[in-house]
Amino acid sequence: MSGHRNTVQAGKSNRQDAVAFTRRHFIIAGATAAGGLAVGIGMLPRAAKALTVAAKPWDGNASSPYDLDAWIAIEPDDSVLIRYARSEMGQGSMTALPMIVAEELQCDWSKVRVEYASPNRSVRENNVYGDMSSVGSHSVRDSRIKLQQVGASARERLIAAAAAQWNVPASECKAADSVVSHAASGRRINYGALASAAAQIKLAAEPAIKAPEHYTFIGKPQPRVDVPLKVNGAAQYAIDTRLPDMVYAAIAQCPVPGGTLASVDEAPLKNMPGIVQVVRLKDAVAVVATDTFWRAKQGLARLHPEWNVGAAGSTDSAQFVKEYRDAALSGTAAVARNDGDVDSALSASGAKTLTSLYEVPYLAHATMEPMNATVHWQGDRLDVWVGTQAADRALKVAAETAGLKPEQVYIHNTFVGGGFGRKSRNDEMVQAIEIAKAINRPVKLVWTREDDMRHDRFRPQAAISFKGALDANGRPTALYIRTAVGSILRSLRINKVENGIEPMAIEGLANNPYQIANTKVECALKNTHIPVAFWRSVGASQNAFAIESFIDEMAHAAGRDPYQFRRAMLGSRPDWIKVLDTVVENSNWGRSLGPGRAQGLAIHECYGTIVGEVAEITISPQGALKVDRITLAADSGHVVNPLGFAEQMEGGVIFALTAALYGKVTVKNGVPEQGNFDTYPMVRLAQAPKIDVHFAMTGGKKWGGAGEPGGAPTAAAVCNAIFALTGKRIRSLPIMDHDLSGSA
Amino acid sequence: MITIDVNGTQHQVDIEPDTPLLWVLRDVIGLTGTKFGCGIAECGACTVHINGRAMRSCSVPIGVLDGATILTIEGLSSDASHPVQKAWVAEDVPQCGYCQSGQIMATVAFLKDFPNPTDADINANITNICRCGTYERLRRAIHRAADLMKA
Repeated sequence: MSGHRNTVQAGKSNRQDAVAFTRRHFIIAGATAAGGLAVGIGMLPRAAKALTVAAKPWDGNASSPYDLDAWIAIEPDDSVLIRYARSEMGQGSMTALPMIVAEELQCDWSKVRVEYASPNRSVRENNVYGDMSSVGSHSVRDSRIKLQQVGASARERLIAAAAAQWNVPASECKAADSVVSHAASGRRINYGALASAAAQIKLAAEPAIKAPEHYTFIGKPQPRVDVPLKVNGAAQYAIDTRLPDMVYAAIAQCPVPGGTLASVDEAPLKNMPGIVQVVRLKDAVAVVATDTFWRAKQGLARLHPEWNVGAAGSTDSAQFVKEYRDAALSGTAAVARNDGDVDSALSASGAKTLTSLYEVPYLAHATMEPMNATVHWQGDRLDVWVGTQAADRALKVAAETAGLKPEQVYIHNTFVGGGFGRKSRNDEMVQAIEIAKAINRPVKLVWTREDDMRHDRFRPQAAISFKGALDANGRPTALYIRTAVGSILRSLRINKVENGIEPMAIEGLANNPYQIANTKVECALKNTHIPVAFWRSVGASQNAFAIESFIDEMAHAAGRDPYQFRRAMLGSRPDWIKVLDTVVENSNWGRSLGPGRAQGLAIHECYGTIVGEVAEITISPQGALKVDRITLAADSGHVVNPLGFAEQMEGGVIFALTAALYGKVTVKNGVPEQGNFDTYPMVRLAQAPKIDVHFAMTGGKKWGGAGEPGGAPTAAAVCNAIFALTGKRIRSLPIMDHDLSGSA
Repeated sequence: MITIDVNGTQHQVDIEPDTPLLWVLRDVIGLTGTKFGCGIAECGACTVHINGRAMRSCSVPIGVLDGATILTIEGLSSDASHPVQKAWVAEDVPQCGYCQSGQIMATVAFLKDFPNPTDADINANITNICRCGTYERLRRAIHRAADLMKA
């Protein structure tokens, strides 16, 4: 039995070196460390146990002799193990979700350890962990009630165990700080001493869970539990997996997505030392080497595979731009919203009309950890180490690929070196399983940066056309929008697209809250051979740029301040108004910034959270744009960990700013051209603006997401600032393609 | 045969001289804290110290390193007590964390040359990519580390 998972601890000061502990060692180490001193040099006490990914596949399924249930184990030393059934890729839910359990469990947070829940256990125990995906900024929103119930049930069972021991009514006992107490007799007992009895107790009825107004722990900022593992190299990512007898694979995939391998001559590898085998896949060829990934990559470079690319091999970006533009401006489209009579309002006498077309390119995810997977296939058992955003789904796909039953498959969750939507589809895992079966040895497959960028499932290209009308008093009377965009659902073949409309394509467009009596939104889905998928903030990544830029155009055409113009159309949405007012107040909106500088405003709702941003920019006479500051206000209703939430807002802004300034994947002869950070640039420290995050929480029933909304308004805020400064309207991204010299 | 000192331990490496130090560290020696990000010295995830200087190990062939002294994230301290590591924890910098070994190693070398760094110094010298966008806290942590090192 072993427990070599990435395990993190909320509040202890010890750190074990990254060596392979057995489960027994781990428990002993935990007990020994219980009295450890806390670190305290201007920081909160915290540390972690750093356990490696197992050198050998696990034979257990992530359970403990001290399990209260599948979610919680309480050890005799009072340490509380909370299992985390999502994937930590930087978004912070490995901290936020256990906080929800701790809120109800009434345990001492400094005694909490967190480890990954096992997808295999979920299969074996009737889907006990449910949906294990980390997508759509949904982990807190979709887990909160369940995890509160988990914590409350455990607490009531601990109380029941104490009450039985003392022979007093449970109603007279209270739980707090990992201790059950009985006020009348003054008796107290620690959770650790109650756990084995509590594990035998079944409650007659589930206890009620707290309403948000009664939270005492949720809502208080907590440092991330995984941070200590990430400052000393201890955190284990999939790419860090090392198994006995493991070999290394590099892969060449058909450069034109959708094509297949025609042939490959192995002769150039004949006398190369350390080459294990060449493996042919349907659309790729892999070279396997003994000792390093580098050797496999060098071997692969000697091969010159031939590909079947078909008609897609003669496509390029100029053609795609024209096709999306045509679909946005003419032809048929599905109607997603139709209020009033847009056509009449646009042609009404005295109406001032505007027409604009906004365009965005394909974008790559470019997670810092390139796609990789390590696989140990043993005929009747499959172990996979992979960075995945959906471990339960990865398990099913792995089982299908290997021809095994789900209970024979072990997905070993690791820390994920960036996801942003890419790792909800583990193409690399499927390849690694096929390679492992072909060579019958444990194998680690790594994609190079170029593989990762060119074989992405991209953010869709899109063209979005607008028409607007204002009456003689500058009031908006009509808004017409048509988006022409790649269908993510069709590309992923995961769902039928009903009536030509998919939610991602129209999000933020069809449900925009601006009160314009005549509003029509149309959707024209159109795919090329380039695969598309979810990319941080998804539809909002292009739709917020387009609609918030066009609303800004309408405000200027009306001669109104862009803040007042928006505010006047938000009568039905006090939450939007609160966000707008908060960001305007904190940014000192409207003040003069001096020559060469300006502000721009945008607001958007994305995954249930409203974010407003004011960008402050400087443009030099030579046309160099610098985004100096982003002031941000957000309303997610409630927030579990305000520190983690603010970090996600900041990260979202940077991610979106990279896209706005530089993001562009172009296609030539069917092949995505950009392959690395030299041609697909990133915002670095020198380009990073100061970011001020302000909370404008409205509470109530709203629970919005955190991971994706932060970046939604960024591109529009920056482009609206560029217009305010220069009069130049940016209608296509990235901004680097526009010449701003002499404009400020 | 090439001899290198990694975190105070001598290693004799018998491998083709064009093999980058990164893959020797990760695949031969087994120190996986140093990360592969781009392979062309663009991102800095693989930053280590070679003879005291911060270098991007994906682009340094092992063949030129005979006798060199290498410091990786694992050798920075035994207990995460280096001031830069403490500052990173105090500012809650890492998100996915994948780039942070490189960010920390770059910062440790940088602060030797710039013990009182300005924001402009930081912008010009810390050029590693963080895709999660932790720059706001990363900048604060660099300043905090500089303060801790003076204390």
